[in-house]
Amino acid sequence: MAGLEFKGVHKSYGKVDVIKGVDLSIAHGEFVVFVGPSGCGKSTLLRMVAGLEDITAGELTIGERVVNQVQPRDRGVAMVFQSYALYPHMSVYDNVGFGLRLKKTPKDIRDQKIREAARILQMEHLLDRKPAQLSGGQRQRVAIGRAIVRQPEVFLFDEPLSNLDAALRMDMRMEISKLHQELGATMIYVTHDQVEAMTLADKIVVLNAGVVQQVGSPLELYHHPENLFVAGFIGSPKMNFLKVTAEKTDAGLTIAGADLEETTIAASGSQVSTGDRITLGLRPHDFIESADGRLRGVVELVERLGNETIVNVRLAGGTQVIAALDGDSHLEVGHEARFGFAPEKLHLFDADGQTIAR
Amino acid sequence: MATVAEPNKNLKTGLKYLLLVLVALVFLFPMVFMVVSSLKPDLQLLRDTSSIAAFLPVGDISLDNYFAAFRRAPIGLFVFNSVFVTGLTVIGSLFLCSLAGFAFAFLEFRGKNLVLSIVIATLIVPFETIAVPMLMVVNTLPFVGPNGLQWGWLNTYHVQIVPFLADALTIFLFVQYFRDLPKELIEAARLDGATWFQVYAMVIMPIAGPVIATAAILKFLAMYNQYLWPLMVTQSEQFRPVMVGLQYFFQLNTAWGEVMAYLSLITLPVLAFYLFLQRAFIASIASTGIKG
Ligand SMILES: Nc1ncnc2c1ncn2[C@@H]1O[C@H](COP(=O)(O)OP(=O)(O)O)[C@@H](O)[C@H]1O
Ligand SMILES: [Mg+2]
Repeated sequence: MAGLEFKGVHKSYGKVDVIKGVDLSIAHGEFVVFVGPSGCGKSTLLRMVAGLEDITAGELTIGERVVNQVQPRDRGVAMVFQSYALYPHMSVYDNVGFGLRLKKTPKDIRDQKIREAARILQMEHLLDRKPAQLSGGQRQRVAIGRAIVRQPEVFLFDEPLSNLDAALRMDMRMEISKLHQELGATMIYVTHDQVEAMTLADKIVVLNAGVVQQVGSPLELYHHPENLFVAGFIGSPKMNFLKVTAEKTDAGLTIAGADLEETTIAASGSQVSTGDRITLGLRPHDFIESADGRLRGVVELVERLGNETIVNVRLAGGTQVIAALDGDSHLEVGHEARFGFAPEKLHLFDADGQTIAR
Repeated sequence: MATVAEPNKNLKTGLKYLLLVLVALVFLFPMVFMVVSSLKPDLQLLRDTSSIAAFLPVGDISLDNYFAAFRRAPIGLFVFNSVFVTGLTVIGSLFLCSLAGFAFAFLEFRGKNLVLSIVIATLIVPFETIAVPMLMVVNTLPFVGPNGLQWGWLNTYHVQIVPFLADALTIFLFVQYFRDLPKELIEAARLDGATWFQVYAMVIMPIAGPVIATAAILKFLAMYNQYLWPLMVTQSEQFRPVMVGLQYFFQLNTAWGEVMAYLSLITLPVLAFYLFLQRAFIASIASTGIKG
């Protein structure tokens, strides 16, 4: 059983702080995705788990063991790299079996395990080939096979799909998901693609600039983002943001701005005082076409996808927003339109970008 | 488009080949001259140098110069000495310098960059400037061999081998090649459970064919062409290499035919080595898909 525990984990390269204090628990068997923009420190964090980077400060526990000083090979982890990192001079068979060979696993057991991994990944027919003779997707399978045969407690994936084309990426995503169910091992998966994160994860860790922004299930993050960054990062198309001014009233909070006509919503508003500039967030799918809606604007672009219609609207205050409407919406470019929304779908953020409790 | 480009391309290829042929000739002519001359008596050899006949096996052709050369000098011994010393040095230096290159490229240790800078700085020190101090050093070194402990390394094989086992150029070649390899390869091997030495031996060296071949050729030529050092450290014929052996042919009046015969003979190991490496080199590229 191997869960992981990060306690105040820091990483600096010289004077540059890359990971600025991560506290995180990962349960055994969980599929955790680290997601965040490029350069935010996802790979660095993963590599610290693998033992490929020193931990500058803090403590990392895998299973029952503090592993700060433990060699990579003794951590019970296996890693799949974005570049596959297959040994170019070895056949697929030898690539997959390399770890077992180093462990002096008897030949017959080794052979059995290699063939078992090949069967799981449907690459039995590739065993005699060299990596140079494989396609990108096949190489990725071999890389995963190499991880599987070692039966690690923790699998680490660093953007394993980003070198593949879109269709293949979907397939492999499903296979990795299936693999997780079959093996029941803990998996940590790094990606900058929030769709990948949403579809794969039991638990998502959103990182930005070396700081954990929020940890939660995909739906928690989608419905209850704790700050502007998470709200903007999770969800596609992205959440729309409008600047508004708040006023406290008996009924709750009255908000208004250049883009939004006066709207009163029920909210305790304990964090807000009258006159505060706050940010309102509304997801594209929460726009409703309605004659008495509080948002008014001109349609600038219409994309009809059949099941839905994506429209770009320039609101009265000049802000451009994206709305995802019904597939049979009659809006055309140049139309003036009004949109409403269910008040409980609104997200409010204070001047620091933190979500305002409702 | 394609039809317009065709003749242009042909012209380019043609020019390229013409240039290559010219370069090949520049390199081939001395060799042809050497071999052809080795077959001629001295008088004719000297007379022919003023005409195209210098490159043609015409006139009084025989192997007499070769027989004479073998009578004059223990050629077999010299070639053996050279091949032995060169071979051991090449193998030893490939091993030691690739290890050093591996450390510089992949390991982290205090002072790494400083040490590497110093190593590379030694590239600009000409051997001639350190030859005499080095002679004084090896003259006082101990060595434990088949005859027990001895002082002074003069008149031995190891005095021709050990000082050249590690050199900056070879280390530098390996460092450069290793630095360009994907870092993930090493990391994957580390996670697979390889020790640093296993990473070196099982992952890195098998894909280092191109740099091994390059380093081997450069080292082989440098060692095989050694003259000054063996002249300084080998007074007895028993340990002398081919270049020093050349002296036997420059006596009161130089026998040019014999010189050419001797040179032709001692060039053979070099050619054999080139051919061998070329095949190994191509095989290594073909098997790894990594280009040199
Ligand atoms: N060896 C290194 N030396 C200095 N800075 C580094 C090193 N490796 C990564 N960084 C920096 O750390 C930050 C995080 O990198 P990384 O973890 O690779 O980001 P991500 O995987 O999220 O794109 C980046 O700003 C990167 O420039
Ligand atoms: Mg990364």
